[in-house]
Amino acid sequence: MALTMERLGVWIGVALTFAIYSFLYKDNPVYKIAEQIFVGISAGYWFIYTIFNILKPNLYTPLTSDFGNNTLLVLPAILGIFMLCRLVPKINWVSRYAISVVVGTTAGLALIRTLQSDVITQMSETIMNPFSGPNTAVILGKWILIIGTTTGIIYFFFSKKHTGAFGATAKVGVVFLMISFGAAFGYTVMARISLLIGRLQYLLGEWLGIIQP
Amino acid sequence: MSFFEKLMKIDRRIIFLLIFVGVAIPLIVALNFELEITQPVRKVHGLVEDADDGAYILLSFDYGPSTKPEIQPMAIAILKHAFERDYKVVCSALWPMGVLMCSEAIESVKEEYPNIEYGVDYVNLGYKAGGLVTINHMGKNMRETFPTDAANNPISEISIMDNIKNLTNFDFIVGFSSGSPGLKEWVQVAHDAYGVPVAGGSTAVQVPSLSPYLNRENQLVGLLGGLKGAAEYEKLIASPGTAVKGMDAQSIAHLLIIIFITIGNIGYFVTGKYKQKRL
Repeated sequence: MALTMERLGVWIGVALTFAIYSFLYKDNPVYKIAEQIFVGISAGYWFIYTIFNILKPNLYTPLTSDFGNNTLLVLPAILGIFMLCRLVPKINWVSRYAISVVVGTTAGLALIRTLQSDVITQMSETIMNPFSGPNTAVILGKWILIIGTTTGIIYFFFSKKHTGAFGATAKVGVVFLMISFGAAFGYTVMARISLLIGRLQYLLGEWLGIIQP
Repeated sequence: MSFFEKLMKIDRRIIFLLIFVGVAIPLIVALNFELEITQPVRKVHGLVEDADDGAYILLSFDYGPSTKPEIQPMAIAILKHAFERDYKVVCSALWPMGVLMCSEAIESVKEEYPNIEYGVDYVNLGYKAGGLVTINHMGKNMRETFPTDAANNPISEISIMDNIKNLTNFDFIVGFSSGSPGLKEWVQVAHDAYGVPVAGGSTAVQVPSLSPYLNRENQLVGLLGGLKGAAEYEKLIASPGTAVKGMDAQSIAHLLIIIFITIGNIGYFVTGKYKQKRL
């Protein structure tokens, strides 16, 4: 019985895979059905998951089993109810209080961490002796890093017109930006092909048994 | 109509078909292309290999089924390596579906390591919402952040967690990431605020944005980038899996895309289209 259900699961997976890929030929009702199934199941799964794996263990259980030691949880509970007020047009403004707490907390924490990790540390990593290194490749790499960072930042400096030497430097920055966009595109292609490989491994392995899953 | 003019008007579905066939054939007939190991992957391997006996490690599953083909092979490879070295593995997730990804990854290595015991050798703490805020709280108090595991067992009853009070009790953290929250948040908080070594694996799309963290400060000790990173790690631990098998197909697909881009560019110039577009 279990094996039959497993095979049925594979067949459903295969049918939905082909339904989604049929969009590559052209938009069609089969694709639309698969798309709606995906959206519906995702929403349903998320809804149930939120109740039983987030609300129940983090809010309901602590409050009902030991209210005295978890009194503070009443605050996020109230904020959560505020958030649900978005569903009632007359009082949807109440949800702004909950959103402001979330945005304020996250922004405050993220600001400090971003300054430390993405600004100060990254700046200090660009400060180096470009003449020393174990080999020519390392020295060359340091020069590329310094020139790329400097010219890239100059390109984004808009308070001075990009003409003359300043403009030429900004153009060098554009070259570095183009190279980085190219690298990003290459990685994106790799990622998308990886997903296709994953699906084909499923089709050829789990379904047809041509290759070892 | 010249040859290039015909090519410039080729139906995109023919290109899709060529890519489909180009990926399928190498999966059926192995071509065994050479796979070079890159430095960021070696560093992740070194981090796992060189930890003390009985090390406690945290694996964060911050991805879902949509990126499973890329990330699951690296999670499986690192789990195998960790169990081979008898480490204590604690799993958590910043993405809801990460819990399921963790369970599946552990199930897939159980056949090879039948003696690993839940609660003693590994634990799945489950998902916690909050991203950056959650990691920050894990740095202060793991038990408050995860009072129960994924199956709602109290943490106090799970022996592997006896020595874990906060993030600094872990020898290192490996994050498997396909977006936000993910590896970037682990670097920002676990490494930069609490000083715990962080390594990771990510989708190929994320690699350019994470690479700046591979620096002298070792904000990120090492990085497995996409399917190739996973394949390299599988090769390093001599346990070829789905990633190694997929690399031939990846190479052929890349070759086809390079050919398409080259032909497209030649056609663009030969047919004089660049003159029409120039402003």
